[in-house]
Amino acid sequence: MKLITAVIRPSRIDAVKTALVDASIVGMTVSEVRGFGRQKGQVERYRGSEFTIDFLPKAKIDVVVEDGQVETAIAVIETAARSGDIGDGKIFVVPVEQVVRVRTGERGSSAL
Amino acid sequence: MSLQSASLRRGQGSLHFPPSAMQSIDRWRLQQTGFIHSLRQNSSLQRTGVFLLAAGAGLLPLMAGSAKAALTKMPTDGADTLLMLMGSALVLLMTPGLAFFYGGFTRAKNVLNTMMMSFFLMGLIGVLWVVIGYSLSFDLGFKSPFIGGLGSMFLNGVGGELGDAPLADGFAISATSFALFQGMFAIITPALISGAVVERINFKAWFWFSLLWSLFIYCPMCHMVWGGGYIGPFGEIGAIDFAGGTVVHIAAGVAALVSAAIVGPRSSYPESKRPPHNVPFILLGAGLLWFGWFGFNGASYFAAKGAGFSFLTTTASASAALLTWCLIEWFTDGKPTAVGAATGAVAGLVGITPAAGFVYMGPALLIGALSAAACLIAVRVKMATKLDDSLDAFMVHGIGGTVGALLTGLLATPALVPADYFPKSAEILAKGGNIALFGAQFKAVLITFGFVGLGTAIILWIVGAVVGLRVSPQEEERGLDFVAHGEEAYDPMTF
Repeated sequence: MKLITAVIRPSRIDAVKTALVDASIVGMTVSEVRGFGRQKGQVERYRGSEFTIDFLPKAKIDVVVEDGQVETAIAVIETAARSGDIGDGKIFVVPVEQVVRVRTGERGSSAL
Repeated sequence: MSLQSASLRRGQGSLHFPPSAMQSIDRWRLQQTGFIHSLRQNSSLQRTGVFLLAAGAGLLPLMAGSAKAALTKMPTDGADTLLMLMGSALVLLMTPGLAFFYGGFTRAKNVLNTMMMSFFLMGLIGVLWVVIGYSLSFDLGFKSPFIGGLGSMFLNGVGGELGDAPLADGFAISATSFALFQGMFAIITPALISGAVVERINFKAWFWFSLLWSLFIYCPMCHMVWGGGYIGPFGEIGAIDFAGGTVVHIAAGVAALVSAAIVGPRSSYPESKRPPHNVPFILLGAGLLWFGWFGFNGASYFAAKGAGFSFLTTTASASAALLTWCLIEWFTDGKPTAVGAATGAVAGLVGITPAAGFVYMGPALLIGALSAAACLIAVRVKMATKLDDSLDAFMVHGIGGTVGALLTGLLATPALVPADYFPKSAEILAKGGNIALFGAQFKAVLITFGFVGLGTAIILWIVGAVVGLRVSPQEEERGLDFVAHGEEAYDPMTF
């Protein structure tokens, strides 16, 4: 099993969710996060004062999938999250040692 | 004597109003002390009358005898009194409106403390006003052009046994509605100052500062301008201030400037500056302020029939100011901002406050546009300095109030400054025109800057010495909502 963490534009969260569900990847955790990559920050102006906002709002999706589904999931997220401009985000994949379903105590793939 | 001759030329030198003048009484805006005017036309009363009645709004027992000789008694009018009651409710709403306006600008960890600095005064100054503030502003006990007296403490005797007695002879509003209306102004004025010192002042210091400032700065200012005292249309200077450009906005603005300088900037300012945490709060607050300003300026007309006029100038100025601020931003920075729209509207409302009943629509639009432009420049000049007037209280209220007061002198229409109600001011206008009235307004502004600036500094030094002005840098970093009140505005783990 692998944990796929995608940090994307907040405006793309619905498109990514729908695309994952359509690809039969069900179950995910999303969170509001802030950060920057090469995009760096943006300049905002209030009463004439300029503020450089380094940490931009982003959405983070965490989804755990079987090894065989990893490439599908990555492709789906890539397509749905891409606008082509700087700031589209990143996808990270890391191995998952164990999964436990709290309600039943099931472990491993059957807990997904 | 020249005053008297000016009155005689208008054919109103007699003791009693002719019937036509009686009808026009409620048509004219009656500035807070307008009823005193005709005393000056009565030679037997003119010296004592001014001092006796100067501060007399609401103090019927002391002045009843003399006033009767000058003005015909009018029954309390329901519509006019209702205007005052409605106006009072509107002005009260400006204080929570201001709390939202200011609260939106601060960091999320300081929003409750910032809002409390305004909201709390609805308690503190609300009590103070009833107990002694009204008396110090409008009583006559001390027979002074600078301060009222102690005879109306607890609003004793105001409005008679049933509270429905008219304010004074020649007035159709009840005395109780006047005292209430004035109380709402007393509450919001110190609240305006808070914008200069948010995010680092100690709440105990704020308690004592606003209490002492209200007693020793606001009440004397109120008396001098509206209570028939030194600065106003019955005093030496003869300046006009329709609804509080001097008493409320310049006074609060100057106090804000001095407070920002004495309390000092926030820790590691300006690096610690952050964008507003909630811009919708700022728009909500500005909207409530605009709404409430209809009471602030509009009801200051004191008569329902003609008040539509002061309502109109108020909103026209605000509209022109909002538009001006946004257009300047659009041209200079490329985008019109929501914060700019809110700030511009408030600047326009401040600017028209001293003029609302003295100008027609053209000048009202001009006052709005010029106030906004002046405040915008002031805000940008401030950014180049180390002065941390955090929410631009001086830049908007001090500068906007000053520009408004001076433009009132330049743009006031003589027909709207009748000698009956504004004897000294009308005389100045008749003799020297608007330039001369500008001179009077300028003197009033200088006196206000001097008196309020010095007085505020003294109060801050005393409060600083006794309870300390600031929280510690550690507490500042933690956030004043928790440090001062043990609360947080936003707790994501509360379900």
